Amino acid sequence: MTAPLRWRVARLCERRVETPTAHTLVLEAPGWPGHLPGQHVDVRLTAPDGYQAARSYSLAGPAEGDRIVLTVQRVPDGEVSPYLIDVYAEGDPVEVRGPVGGWFVWRPEETAPVLLVAGGSGVVPLMAMVRARRAAGSRVPFRLIYSVRTPADVFYADELRRRVRDDLGLDVAYVYTREAPPGWRGEPHRIGLADVNSHGWPPELEPLCYVCGPTGFVETVADVLVGLGHQSRRVKTERFGPTG
Amino acid sequence: MSPGFQGRPRSAEPALPPGQYLTQDFPVLSAGPTPRVPLETWEFVVSTESGAEFRWSWDELMALPQETPAVDIHCVTRWSKRNTDWQGVSLDTLLEGIGTGARYAQAHSYGGYTTNLPLADLRGGRAWIAHRYDGGPLPAEHGGPARLLVPHLYFWKSAKWVRGIRLTTDDQPGFWETAGYHDYGDPWREQRYQGD
Ligand SMILES: Cc1cc2nc3c(=O)[nH]c(=O)nc-3n(C[C@H](O)[C@H](O)[C@H](O)COP(=O)(O)OP(=O)(O)OC[C@H]3O[C@@H](n4cnc5c(N)ncnc54)[C@H](O)[C@@H]3O)c2cc1C
Repeated sequence: MTAPLRWRVARLCERRVETPTAHTLVLEAPGWPGHLPGQHVDVRLTAPDGYQAARSYSLAGPAEGDRIVLTVQRVPDGEVSPYLIDVYAEGDPVEVRGPVGGWFVWRPEETAPVLLVAGGSGVVPLMAMVRARRAAGSRVPFRLIYSVRTPADVFYADELRRRVRDDLGLDVAYVYTREAPPGWRGEPHRIGLADVNSHGWPPELEPLCYVCGPTGFVETVADVLVGLGHQSRRVKTERFGPTG
Repeated sequence: MSPGFQGRPRSAEPALPPGQYLTQDFPVLSAGPTPRVPLETWEFVVSTESGAEFRWSWDELMALPQETPAVDIHCVTRWSKRNTDWQGVSLDTLLEGIGTGARYAQAHSYGGYTTNLPLADLRGGRAWIAHRYDGGPLPAEHGGPARLLVPHLYFWKSAKWVRGIRLTTDDQPGFWETAGYHDYGDPWREQRYQGD
């Protein structure tokens, strides 16, 4: 058994705007024990009357000392995410607890090819894997299929462009559900068999597959992967969304 | 304190376990693809610590006395849902007449998922093999054709796509329990992670 996870106070030291509805928060969390890409933290807020609310947020990058990076998408009428985007200010405390989750993780020692399939904010833990691959100097072939509504909804857009250019062996394919950029081949659509088949790995290569996003998205992609012949136990999923 | 955080207006409803909030949806959380299990080959097996096995086919399960629990459920990811409507067979019915001195149970599922709990927690009208939800067959993404339903523990203990239960003399942590989650998972004591 490991030591109990405790709540620790972290402070906001940097905020980056990813899209109109998503911000990246860099927190200073003194004594942070480190983590694996794919793990998440619980973030807890406390109101003046003592009421508390906590939610899970994936870690967006590998550990770098006491700094941890989250990317939060605003959920309209949400309790916690609008606060983190609109109210939470530099220097303010939040409590964090983690790292949590030992299943949906990628270890830089792994040698199997990797397929990452992201829907919306589900790209966050997958980006942690892309960044960890770079940080570890891994040459394992990575493919990311990233489904977004419109080009303006892409998180980490510049960095992804740079990584595709500089990190050999990384490919990124986009699927647009509402509005595609000029010159993109095809009509906006929801991800399906053809996308996973053309931008993923054949099952014979025995890739590790990580699928993250809203529930319906994850269900669809996981079913497609199994249908294409990927073994269930090599398909790891994380579901962010509320609806079943 | 979090400067400027008020939280949502809180109602005078009966308390939820600490840290939980109510949802009207039915979120889906599982670690991999949804298995699809045909009813013709479906079976449920209880095995004891001495190796004896007791099996039920789908039709045999349906022929057992049915119960209709209406229960609150609590997921470790913090949503709770009130008054969910199920139909299933009580574990008391299934365990009746099975001689065992085991203290622990490990539920295992189609798809390979496992979760552990004390055998006592499966008894006393507190656990079911549930196969109907909200008036219809249990959908596959919620664990159909049949799942374990143990509403007094966090919902990851209610193994989806359940295939059987192994009765054991020692505690054998399951899938989430070996990935950092609490061994027992009582929502009222907020036993989310190891060491809570
Ligand atoms: C393991 C894990 C990792 C996560 N990582 C991230 C992350 O990296 N970035 C991130 O932005 N979120 C992430 N989430 C989702 C996050 O935990 C919250 O659910 C989300 O921020 C909404 O919280 P809220 O308090 O703002 O809304 P709530 O007050 O919880 O919900 C308000 C309303 O929105 C609905 N709702 C709740 N969650 C969502 C959602 N995700 N999408 C659409 N509608 C929703 C609810 O049903 C409700 O009707 C993760 C969730 C899990 C379980």
